[in-house]
Amino acid sequence: MSPFLTLAYKLLVTDRAKFAALIVGLTFSVFLMVQMTSMFAGILQRASATVFNTGATLWVMDPAVTTVANSIPMPDYVLDAVRSMNGVRWAVPLFSGAALVKLQSGVYQPVTVIGLDDTTLFGRPRLIAGQIEDIFADDAFIVVRDPEYAKLDSPALGTTFEINDHRGVIVGIAKVPISGLFGIPTLYTTYRRAIEDIPRPRYTLSYILVEPKSAADVPAIVAGVEALGYRALTAKGFVDHITAFYIYQTSLGTNILMMTVISFLVGLSISGQTFYTFIIENLERFGALKAIGAKSRELVSIILFQSLLTSLTGYGLGVGLCALLVAVAKLRLPDYSSTITYLNLVIALVMVLVIAAVSGYVGVRKVIRVEPFDIFRA
Amino acid sequence: MRTAAIQARGLVKWFGEGPARTMAIRDVSLEAYFGEMLYIVGPSGSGKTTLLSILSGILRPNAGSVLVKGQDIWRLSRDALADFRLNTVGFVFQDYHLFPRLTTAENAAIPLILKRRSWAESLDVARRCLEIVGLADRVELPPVKLSTGEQQRVAIARAIVGEPDLLILDEPTASLDGETGRRIVEFVRGHVLTEARCIVIVTHDSRIAEFADRTITMEDGRITGEVHGG
Repeated sequence: MSPFLTLAYKLLVTDRAKFAALIVGLTFSVFLMVQMTSMFAGILQRASATVFNTGATLWVMDPAVTTVANSIPMPDYVLDAVRSMNGVRWAVPLFSGAALVKLQSGVYQPVTVIGLDDTTLFGRPRLIAGQIEDIFADDAFIVVRDPEYAKLDSPALGTTFEINDHRGVIVGIAKVPISGLFGIPTLYTTYRRAIEDIPRPRYTLSYILVEPKSAADVPAIVAGVEALGYRALTAKGFVDHITAFYIYQTSLGTNILMMTVISFLVGLSISGQTFYTFIIENLERFGALKAIGAKSRELVSIILFQSLLTSLTGYGLGVGLCALLVAVAKLRLPDYSSTITYLNLVIALVMVLVIAAVSGYVGVRKVIRVEPFDIFRA
Repeated sequence: MRTAAIQARGLVKWFGEGPARTMAIRDVSLEAYFGEMLYIVGPSGSGKTTLLSILSGILRPNAGSVLVKGQDIWRLSRDALADFRLNTVGFVFQDYHLFPRLTTAENAAIPLILKRRSWAESLDVARRCLEIVGLADRVELPPVKLSTGEQQRVAIARAIVGEPDLLILDEPTASLDGETGRRIVEFVRGHVLTEARCIVIVTHDSRIAEFADRTITMEDGRITGEVHGG
């Protein structure tokens, strides 16, 4: 490190009380910012769990669908129409709905039921117990072993239950990459059984899962589906659609944004105020440095280095603290939804750099204005 | 024959504009020589600190010139003027302005650090200067643990660490008791003043008058008298 930056570093860290206040304030601020945004990222990821878990390239749905859980059934002819479109390699139906299960203990438990295409079973989960072909047996269901699994009394293979007065039996236990958002267990079965066992409206087709022949065929398929009066979205497009719903059409996005902004302001005020006090206390000494022969830009570099150092240290500690908390929380609370993404980290980094810039600017303004002559006059 | 370290001609300085204009320096000319300890004395508001600031390249005059070793410092660019102060002038401020949490050696090393000398080398040189001023056993202490006399000596070490041609002391005894003040100026006279260095001291402390080679008296922004000795 250059002697100049060593001097800047020493001036900063030897004022232990202020350095500690700066670091604690920035760490706390970054911790809150990352925590808020990662919690939101976790919620959004879980809100799109079925899209991720199913793995389809294209999803056809009613245009009014806002989230994957709120499907609006389509008539069966849409499936035939999609299958007949140019560029479609195959298209299969998917049922997604809610049902009430009566457990052997007599307890009623809401569940999500996913009905897979009887022919292909496209979108099936990875089994950790049982055989996939058993799903074609009478009354067969596969249960997902996720944090909600215990709400079904942790059923083993062969466990029976009632679903809408129909008998159900667990023939498989599965794992999925991402659990759902709403805290209810998930059962998989065939499409046909799903529409038989679950009270149904006039139409039963929740979604059509489409595999195009090539990526170049996607725009034509999308246009063809729109011509039918429905909507086709890629998996990423569907996730973005769900994300936009939660951000713009629920208070969730606004609340998280407000909390993140408040965290930013907390960090800014603590850092700005402490740094300002630090500069004011040393202002005459900075003036003395100017008199001795330091140039303004050298003093500016000292201050910017100090603000950047504290901000990046606070950023590292804040991110580390948040990662630790998320890891511990997930150990204790398997249902805890929080995901630290690169975007969260970039957002927090940008915000902490803004804090560094504003804090530095406050100090720089003061130091640039101080005149060496003031040191003599004092 | 004496060599002029500073040649100031027709210096004028005022503060404010219009009716609020205050004349601080009125047509002042003077010389200061290498190997000389020059005092500038006078009552408060006489303009001695303003004159000191102009001579040391800190405060730009409204008129006149200051030649240091033959170079008109007020024709230098802002950056060149800062380099001039760093390389040619050593300052001892009235309130010392030491960084309270740096060690004594680190404080004394600051001019060398500003000159981009390495940290270790700067501290080595600073320690040697602190030895010269009698603070060899205080180099790792922060200034707050030193007496005011010792702090003054740290400030002197900081001023001479870069081996400047000019040493500027602003009221060096103002914060010291009479005996300590005398000892400090006596030390400067005996150990810091060399044939290659000019020392200018602004003071109104008559107790240290005996150490001056020449004394200029100022009043109301003008030089009103000059005597050899104190």
